[in-house]
Amino acid sequence: MIPELGNFALVMALCLALVQSVLPLAGAWRQEARWIALARPAAAAQCALVSFSFGCLVYALVNNDFSVAYVASNSNSMLPLHYRVAAAWGGHEGSLLLWVQILVLWTVAVAWFSHQLPPAMAARVLAVMGLISVGFLAFMLFTSNPFDRLLPAARDGHDLNPLLQDLGMIIHPPLLYMGYVGFSVAFSFAIAALLGGQLDAAWARWSRPWTLVAWAFLTLGICMGSFWAYYELGWGGWWFWDAVENASFMPWLVGTALLHSLAVTEKRGSFKNWTVLLAIIGFSLSLLGTFLVRSGVLTSVHSFATDPRRGLFILIFLVIVIGGALALYAWRAPSVGLGGGFALFSRESLLLVNNVLLLTAAATVLLGTLYPLVLDALDLGKISVGPPYFETVFVPLMLPVLLLMAAAPFVDWRNASARQVLRRISWAALATLLAGLLIWFGWKVTPLVAGGLLLAVWILLGTALHLAQRLATADGGASLLRRIRRQPRGYWGMLAAHAGVAVFVVGVSLVKGTETADDASMRVGDSISSGALRYSFQALQRVDGPNYIAARATFEVWQGDQKVATLYPEKRYFTVQQMPMTEAAIDRGWRRDLYISLGEPTKDGAWVVRLQHKPFVSWIWAGCLIIAAGGLLAATDRRYRQPLRQRAELPIGAAQTA
Amino acid sequence: MTRRQQRLLLVLAALAALSVAAGLILSAFRSNLVFFFTPSQVAAGEAPRNRSFRMGGLVERNSLHREADGVSVTFVVTDLAQRLPVRYRGILPDLFKEGQGVVAQGRLDSSHHFIADEVLAKHDENYMPPDAAYALKKGGHAGAAQGGAK
Repeated sequence: MIPELGNFALVMALCLALVQSVLPLAGAWRQEARWIALARPAAAAQCALVSFSFGCLVYALVNNDFSVAYVASNSNSMLPLHYRVAAAWGGHEGSLLLWVQILVLWTVAVAWFSHQLPPAMAARVLAVMGLISVGFLAFMLFTSNPFDRLLPAARDGHDLNPLLQDLGMIIHPPLLYMGYVGFSVAFSFAIAALLGGQLDAAWARWSRPWTLVAWAFLTLGICMGSFWAYYELGWGGWWFWDAVENASFMPWLVGTALLHSLAVTEKRGSFKNWTVLLAIIGFSLSLLGTFLVRSGVLTSVHSFATDPRRGLFILIFLVIVIGGALALYAWRAPSVGLGGGFALFSRESLLLVNNVLLLTAAATVLLGTLYPLVLDALDLGKISVGPPYFETVFVPLMLPVLLLMAAAPFVDWRNASARQVLRRISWAALATLLAGLLIWFGWKVTPLVAGGLLLAVWILLGTALHLAQRLATADGGASLLRRIRRQPRGYWGMLAAHAGVAVFVVGVSLVKGTETADDASMRVGDSISSGALRYSFQALQRVDGPNYIAARATFEVWQGDQKVATLYPEKRYFTVQQMPMTEAAIDRGWRRDLYISLGEPTKDGAWVVRLQHKPFVSWIWAGCLIIAAGGLLAATDRRYRQPLRQRAELPIGAAQTA
Repeated sequence: MTRRQQRLLLVLAALAALSVAAGLILSAFRSNLVFFFTPSQVAAGEAPRNRSFRMGGLVERNSLHREADGVSVTFVVTDLAQRLPVRYRGILPDLFKEGQGVVAQGRLDSSHHFIADEVLAKHDENYMPPDAAYALKKGGHAGAAQGGAK
């Protein structure tokens, strides 16, 4: 009964999504206030229905209703409760429902916070979001319904893939989807503005906080995915340039470009056309990501669908959304214009360089991801594009971005003097050079590590110097504390995000340049030295988990006479799925991780083990967290909450942030 | 700067970035693209001699041997038409099994053995690496490939 109610709620939600998209659009066009007014209640009702439906799926999972096909193939009565809830997005159908659930949450948030928008504009934005929802609801109802019955009911479920039975499964997909789907808001604002022909600084100010929040969530989602892969897949990698990872990384790159471009449009009114295009591309890549991951084109732990109808549906949907948006853009953009002018050397120019480089980087990732698929589809041979391709292409493109990141905030809007900028930044440059010499001579490192550390120092010093100069020149009479408190949150957000990138760069350079890994065959009682550490295999025992049995080894790690850590790596065997899995043991630290994974036993009672030493690896995720925190902080800036009229009276200097 | 100049700047910047990217991509493609060959193609001499490539098929039953150091293994990959012996040093993926699909990346040595530096995992029991399924299909055993690939 409950699954049928859920299904019915989905059908009703589809009808309401149609109402939410068609009537307000027509109303905005024909200036019918009553049709326009329909958008908000329709969005709220749609959200209630989808949430109810989502609740029904969770209910079926929690109560082990194996007469529902989705429950039978993604859950099991022995599965712990929290994983049964998380199984709601552990499979294809459920993850689509999560997609729509998050979309309607974003829609309601937009409906709630958009009262300062002109009613026609708000109606158009909600209508475009409604259209996206129509596409996804129809896709679910026609090709992948999570409430399909299984008759006769299964006696027990097939269980959730053991790799997914982890805390990461509970938080990674919702975070990532918050990001993916969040870009639909920026997209809808862009489409609404194109439809209404109203593209100005106010439009940029409305979309900016939404884009910031979505981008911060996407950052968190990617970070969490990387962290999860690191400890769960068992072999210590943290980024594989896997097609699925690329699918989430491309919208992130374009989203980063969009944030910077929105800043220019809000502050200077420039780049309007360009910003709109970026908003369209960003969401298109999010959709493409969904398509790549969920259609079965890629076969990996992330892809579920193998039904060709689904692939076709998503493909048509993609063509309609992306093609339609680009066609609308081609039609309306010429009337929008680029906006205010600027000199060759100005902050606008540098941000333009940032945008072009980020977009080019996204394009190279897209090429590397799609090229093998295209060749395969045309039967032109099978190739794979691995990490070496992405590293040789992506890293050189990012170097100028990182170099500019520290310098660009010192450059004035519109027309800057190169001499002045050099004078402002000279201290940071000198200090960076000194630090470089120290690193190079004081610490035996490879050029790659030295270069990475130098970049990080440059970004950190540049960011700190900018803050110092800004506080020094802010109205002289006030106390330092007051001056600090006067800086808008958008400014602090920028500083934090840039500093986070520096932390990230430190982690990546040191891990890439100085990590070590040893494979060895060991028996209980053996010990092995690697670097300054000695690993000794102390004991081996059998452990019974809720739905697996495991061999658990005890390793002690010694440095000289001092015990550094005791680690318990496991080899688990999941009984329902009959699948073995490596559960690595990690001793974390801010300066290094020790990472031990248990391979397979050999005939004479020895085990193959991998012992890894990973310096500064946690800085990678720490950097991502700081970046995301910066994004969220910037989104809470006061000026986004002020009514527009009031804001126009503020002096121009009061909000001079990027 | 006027609109026209602004647009020109945008176009020039984009062109510069794209040409740098194109150069990087071409050089990366030349040295880093990894092609896939089936054991039959390797036997026919189609695979490159001095560059890394991927190869896949089924792990032949009773072919897995571990060497004295306990870390190196040898096994035979077959597409049911031709066989190719493989040597690998390191930990095999969790779901590596005799009689199951596998894909390995590496290069050929002088005695026509495949020296793998990477053996690729599959993610669950029902899933056959698509490249391995493809090798079986090309080897003339489409039925076996479909049965395995599900």
